[in-house]
Amino acid sequence: MNIDWAHFTPFASLTGGVILGIASAIFILVNGRILGISGILGGLMPPKLGDTFWRISFLLGLLVAPTVFHAVVPAQYITAPRIDATDMMVVIAGLLVGIGTRYASGCTSGHGVCGLSRLSPRSLVATLSFMGAGFAMVYVMRHLAII
Amino acid sequence: MIQKNHLHHVVEFIVGLLFGLGLMLSGMTDPSKVIGFLDLFGTWDPSLALVMGGAIMVGVFAFTVAKKRTTTFLGGVLRFPTNMDIDKKLVIGSLMFGAGWGLAGFCPGPALVSMADGQPKALVFVLAMLVGMLGFELMDRFIHAPRKAKLNPV
Repeated sequence: MNIDWAHFTPFASLTGGVILGIASAIFILVNGRILGISGILGGLMPPKLGDTFWRISFLLGLLVAPTVFHAVVPAQYITAPRIDATDMMVVIAGLLVGIGTRYASGCTSGHGVCGLSRLSPRSLVATLSFMGAGFAMVYVMRHLAII
Repeated sequence: MIQKNHLHHVVEFIVGLLFGLGLMLSGMTDPSKVIGFLDLFGTWDPSLALVMGGAIMVGVFAFTVAKKRTTTFLGGVLRFPTNMDIDKKLVIGSLMFGAGWGLAGFCPGPALVSMADGQPKALVFVLAMLVGMLGFELMDRFIHAPRKAKLNPV
């Protein structure tokens, strides 16, 4: 295994991770909810009476984050994201992620962060499954050159 | 009561903002970094493992505290997931999600944040994801639910 030292960002990633943990901690301890993006968003498809406003206020916070981030962090520290996937691949990926996360009742945040933190066997199985599928998909794309 | 509701909405907004900032700082809103982690057999970028590690470190502590309590800090209900089943739905859904995650390098949170950051492909991804979520909801309502009702008549 070769480590990609040029792109590895240990300090920023660990700090970012701790912030994700703090956000999840506040959500369960203060509001009594699991911070799971696919569940929060999926619950709006379609919106249900009395179960909508909390989702919207969370999502609004999430959506203003880039504006705040750019206001706080000097531009030279921000690297522009790179998306290699074609539009067609992005559409297929979006459909798979939308159906899959709802079918499994969770994604990287709900199962990966909160579920593993709760030591839930169900979330461990989910996390191993999506990580495994992710590794396999990238192996096929990068090293078998099928896609 | 009304005031407590307002407080909840302020907390939701702040938690959403904090989560978005954490995602951006961690580098997870950059699909090439996510795919760099998933590319175990190429040149491997371990950053995502540190993101998960950092989040879970804090999370384990928080959920240990939460499990010992009967209410939230504001005296509200603690809504822990009740579904403990490890079934086909969980595994097949997660495999589908993982395949999509590897294909584009986006999972739901970072995709939403990237979309708000003005990335056109993230917008395409989010629209497809919403269609997928709605599709699941319709499937569940019109195919799974009636079938279940037929199997277990009331």
